[in-house]
Amino acid sequence: MSHVTLTALRKVYPNGFEAVKPASYTITPGEFVVLVGPSGCGKSTMLRMIAGLEDISDGTLEIAGRVVNTLDPADRDIAMVFQNYALYPHMTVRKNIGYGLQNRKIPKDVIAAKVAEASALLNLDDYLDRKPSQLSGGQRQRVAMGRAIVRDPALFLFDEPLSNLDAKLRNQMRIEIKALQRRLGVTSIYVTHDQVEAMTMADRIIVMNAGRIEQIGTPAEIYHTPATTFVASFMGAPPMNLLDGQIAGGAARVGDHTVMTDAPAAPGPVTVGIRPEDIVADPNGPLTLDIAIVEELGAHRLLHGTLAGQQLSVHVGKDSPATTGPFRAALKPGAVSLFDAGTGERL
Amino acid sequence: MTTHKRRLRLSTVVDHAILIAGSLLMIVPVLMLVQMTSMPDLINMKTGPSLSIGDQWVPNFEKAMFQADGFSGINTGTRMLMNSFILGIGFAFGKIFVGMLAAYAIVYFRMRYASLAFWIIFTTLLLPLEVRILPSYEVVQRLGMLNTYQGLIIPLIASATATFFFRQYFRSIPEELVEAARIDGAGPVRFFFDILIPLSRTMIAAMFIIMFVYGWNQYLWPTMVTTEEGMFTLVRGIKQITQMLEGNQIPEYGRANMLALIAILPPVMIVIFFQSWFVKGLTESDK
Ligand SMILES: Nc1ncnc2c1ncn2[C@@H]1O[C@H](COP(=O)(O)OP(=O)(O)OP(=O)(O)O)[C@@H](O)[C@H]1O
Ligand SMILES: [Mg+2]
Repeated sequence: MSHVTLTALRKVYPNGFEAVKPASYTITPGEFVVLVGPSGCGKSTMLRMIAGLEDISDGTLEIAGRVVNTLDPADRDIAMVFQNYALYPHMTVRKNIGYGLQNRKIPKDVIAAKVAEASALLNLDDYLDRKPSQLSGGQRQRVAMGRAIVRDPALFLFDEPLSNLDAKLRNQMRIEIKALQRRLGVTSIYVTHDQVEAMTMADRIIVMNAGRIEQIGTPAEIYHTPATTFVASFMGAPPMNLLDGQIAGGAARVGDHTVMTDAPAAPGPVTVGIRPEDIVADPNGPLTLDIAIVEELGAHRLLHGTLAGQQLSVHVGKDSPATTGPFRAALKPGAVSLFDAGTGERL
Repeated sequence: MTTHKRRLRLSTVVDHAILIAGSLLMIVPVLMLVQMTSMPDLINMKTGPSLSIGDQWVPNFEKAMFQADGFSGINTGTRMLMNSFILGIGFAFGKIFVGMLAAYAIVYFRMRYASLAFWIIFTTLLLPLEVRILPSYEVVQRLGMLNTYQGLIIPLIASATATFFFRQYFRSIPEELVEAARIDGAGPVRFFFDILIPLSRTMIAAMFIIMFVYGWNQYLWPTMVTTEEGMFTLVRGIKQITQMLEGNQIPEYGRANMLALIAILPPVMIVIFFQSWFVKGLTESDK
């Protein structure tokens, strides 16, 4: 049984701009799906169509077995957490959390019990009588979460909920949100442009680019077998090295260097993708890089240089020798991804 | 160094001189009013304003508040004060209510010609009551609303100014707040009462002050539509007394001046007490 099903869901804004190209996928119950992509790729638009805040131009949307295309947001059984929290500034935390229930004509004592339960879960007990302006960013974020969870929705929607927080708090809230979602088992769609958030939180990631879905897969699939050069370069920090190469005699070569001996591709130009950490120092290795810059990051180092005149980065452990100049290296087995040089699709 | 300091001080002196002169210009007539209400009418008539302070404040105040003229004997100062309050408050709330509703419709509902509607409302600024006073009078008269509070208030409350201020204010309320309320199941009416009105309260207070004073000081329209003495407002009633100055008794300067003083007070009090709200409403953006 699928919980959320999109069938050729599409958004064309009144000005004719196609913000989301027909998208189809299903989300299983309890799954945590992260929508990730660069700014302006249509993530928010997709989420807002699911929430009912934006009209659906084409296609159908099912939530928990119901087609909800024309339902009001309030009737879709969803809850949403916004980037700027969107708390009601004139209401106390208690009223903020309970407001959605109050509008649904739920008895007062039930509301009180549910608010108490949510606040206990989120450690908000001490703040229930404060106004949002008297809370820190992280606390506001938790109130927004509380407002979402009291209603026991079928689906949580998050639109970049952590991007207003500082880095440390972001890490902490990331773990909290994920743990809470696990505990409540509520299906969730989470929008972010931060690929670290995507990798760490998602059961499955949907990578979008310019209104199009580039790839859907688990974090491991997305990382290790990116479907396109876009995904390869978007996910990972630093991203996958993409080099112009050639297939000749069954081998993939970058300049004079053979990077793969049994390339499953027809002869001709290809794009060769190699993750920075799949290049290892090896005095007898087949590759000779020219390192220009060494970045010291404590636990590891990043080396930036060239291979056959093309830019690339290498990620090595802190024990690995690192100097500028020539650098002999080998590739880990299975390290090379090949992409069509024209379309960027994985071969 | 010293010349720099001197120049600075000179400009301060000039600034203050200008400000003091301006303040005097404003306050002296009020002081004269206060002085004249303390003197017997005869002295006022003989010498006009002077520097001496008399003992007539209490009798003049009593006359102003409780003495009536005309045939019916009901347009005492208290009665006129009440009418003025009814006009000021009704006028202010009416304008705020109508303006808020119009702005709500324009900002939050997908109306086809919302901006056209807004600009049409806006152009009514070019048509104040004075311009349309004859047709307005005709309408009120045909509706049988002469000498009623409705007739006094309703034709004045359509307000482009209030609509404009509330529109600007509503547009500054974050979109997400509206969306969160939609997801929380707040329909248009609930959203208006639960979210929009509480968020706008400083704005409402500021508008109330402006509009109350504006309504309180209305003169032309009340003069047109109220002919019964029981409906007179203060501002209009003072005129009635000064008209009697042309009679052959000793003119009641003290009483008329006291009424003028009483008429000034409520707007002043409101502005003083609600000043902080007023400033907040027009400047604050904590939403
Ligand atoms: N009302 C609108 N009318 C026309 N185009 C719009 C409208 N809203 C958004 N767009 C366009 O649609 C595209 C997708 O916008 P969207 O807000 O979904 O981006 P996003 O992926 O969420 O980006 P970000 O990470 O910056 O939030 C953008 O190019 C944007 O300019
Ligand atoms: Mg967005």
